[in-house]
Amino acid sequence: MKDLLVQAITSMQEEEAVALAAHMLGAGAQAQTILEACREAMCIVGDRYERREYFLPELVVSGEALKRVAALIRPEARQAATGEPLARIVIGTVAGDIHDIGKEIVAFMLTANEFEVRDLGVDVSAGRFVHEVGEARPDILALSGFLTLAYDSMKQTVAALGAAGLRDRVKVMIGGAPMDDGVRDYVGADAYGPDAMAAVRIARRWSEGG
Amino acid sequence: MSETPEVLYRERQQRILDAVALRKPDRVPIVSPFQLFPYTYAGVPFREAMYDYARAREACHKFAGDFQPDADFGPVLAYPGKPLETLGLKWFRWAGHGLPGHAVYQFVEGEYMTADEYDEFLYDPSHFLASKWLPRSFGALAAFSDFPAMRRMMWFGWTGLFASLARPEMRQALAAALQAGEELSEWFASLARYAAEIKAKGFPQAYAGFSWTPFDLVGDTLRGTRGIMGDVIRRPEKLLAAVEKATPIAIEYGLAAAGADLPLCWIWPHKGSAGFLSDRQYARFYWPFLREVIEALVARGVIPVIYFEGDETPRLKHLAEVPPGKVWFHFATMDMARAKEVLGGIACISGNLPSHLLLTGTPEDVRRCCRSLIDTCGRDGGYIMDTSVMVDEARPENVRAMFDFTREYGVY
Ligand code: B12
Repeated sequence: MKDLLVQAITSMQEEEAVALAAHMLGAGAQAQTILEACREAMCIVGDRYERREYFLPELVVSGEALKRVAALIRPEARQAATGEPLARIVIGTVAGDIHDIGKEIVAFMLTANEFEVRDLGVDVSAGRFVHEVGEARPDILALSGFLTLAYDSMKQTVAALGAAGLRDRVKVMIGGAPMDDGVRDYVGADAYGPDAMAAVRIARRWSEGG
Repeated sequence: MSETPEVLYRERQQRILDAVALRKPDRVPIVSPFQLFPYTYAGVPFREAMYDYARAREACHKFAGDFQPDADFGPVLAYPGKPLETLGLKWFRWAGHGLPGHAVYQFVEGEYMTADEYDEFLYDPSHFLASKWLPRSFGALAAFSDFPAMRRMMWFGWTGLFASLARPEMRQALAAALQAGEELSEWFASLARYAAEIKAKGFPQAYAGFSWTPFDLVGDTLRGTRGIMGDVIRRPEKLLAAVEKATPIAIEYGLAAAGADLPLCWIWPHKGSAGFLSDRQYARFYWPFLREVIEALVARGVIPVIYFEGDETPRLKHLAEVPPGKVWFHFATMDMARAKEVLGGIACISGNLPSHLLLTGTPEDVRRCCRSLIDTCGRDGGYIMDTSVMVDEARPENVRAMFDFTREYGVY
């Protein structure tokens, strides 16, 4: 059954996946089993995306299938079933910028690689990032930006973390089409990554204390 | 002795027509749709350019006079602020409306047609656009959600239709539309005036029409990126039907260019670049319809300018299917030697001078890059100098280097 669920998600059988997960839960399956299937499916989809077998349509559809399947599980059960994540990450596209496709792929890959990700969406103000970091106490803050104006939004976000006394509590990574290491220095972030796998590598390094 | 504007006009026009026809012009033409730069260069904040049409014309005259492009865009890319305001356009943020005064406008994507509305669109696109897309796009046109379905005007159907136009909310919406129409007429008059002035100075107008790829017409304006990407898998047949429906509409848009001195129709493709769709998806949903638009426009004497802003490397083999000597492909990210290899003898190519170089580089960097572009793909015609994407911020000395060097080094 679990394999069938993985198969359904990774082959874009969205409705079948949701029905199957509901059926499994109804028949007494553990929340953990379902969530494991989700993780496995995510890894497969992420891998196929990296190998250029899957493109945006597959990422959009499997991403939504995964969300719908996960939503079938009660929050308490979900909490109990997921082990300790490697690290907790808050991600968002910075103020003035509404590009979200790249950011969602990064969030997808991080989740598939056992990080807990909280996605704040797009056009996220410095204030909101600071508030979230203060409340949720993530280990890592991941900022996406695609416009030239995002440099300054990122810089303001990092500065606001400093002003709130939170800068030492989180590592900050940035990414998005026009970013590079020069921009990382400009905004005062700790790392820059060119793609989603880089985001995973950076987060792994940091969670291993590197 | 300097040439008369008439002679310059014909020379410039011919230079571009030759490049597109893959004949050797006298030199490499330069045509570049600079977006924000002409205004900052002239010291006109973009907000002012969007509201004060005379100021916008002034800035564009200065740009054309100082840099001497082979075809000129003029103020068409500074959309008119007043009618956008009158109508309450929702899918745009612009200077003074969500953005600072010097900023170039931003498109705000959304789902302006939901997944379950495909049939409605397919049945009567005009009515769908009037009663759903207009009210969702413009705050002042909310009452258009009850816009009468014109297809039902036959026999005495028109009585009910016209009566519904007189309802108070509809009157208000129509009044806003009329006011915007008047404001738009002013803008169009300004564009026409500029075109005449610039022609008298010897510059052909760089655009005669604008259109879309059919897939993007559905994706950009109706479904949004997430929506259309999901539809590729969830409802491929409906999506195909909608893209098919959009194809003759895209052709209609483009035919506006027929008969112009430079019959250039600009098309900005978005969602078919590398990374968006697999090759199979591209070959099924994207390319056949774009090719149909290209072929139909070419058949009517229009020159399609396909201005790619992403990476089209994996699509080159498809692009090679267009009628030879009739089409102009612009590339942002591309190995131009490879493009020349695949498209040589088939289509004119342009672009690839990294836009950020004009901001962060030196004139020497710019010259080096122009030289390499002319050497790799301009040697026997078929290349037009342009930046990779539309230029907003740039150092004037770098822009000057781009134009001067190309004029000098690009002589055949
Ligand atoms: C699709 C798109 C849009 C869509 C966005 C839809 C959406 N829901 O996201 C729409 C049409 C709405 C749009 C609007 C605009 N866009 Co746009 N858009 C693009 C486009 C074509 C593709 C972006 C994309 O999704 N790529 C696919 C994903 C998978 O790749 P990616 O974004 O690079 O993400 C990867 C990496 O960057 C990295 N990554 C991303 N985030 C992070 C974060 C971290 C921490 C790490 C480590 C890595 C990482 O991993 C991702 C996966 O591998 C790019 C061009 C381009 N080639 O990038 C322009 C582009 C980004 N847009 C641009 C512009 C100018 C605009 C507009 C201002 C245009 C306008 N005048 O209206 C508006 C601005 C709207 C706004 N306020 O944000 C410019 C930006 C130029 C600049 N430097 O300022 C670009 C580069 C186009 C261009 N060549 O000029 N756009």
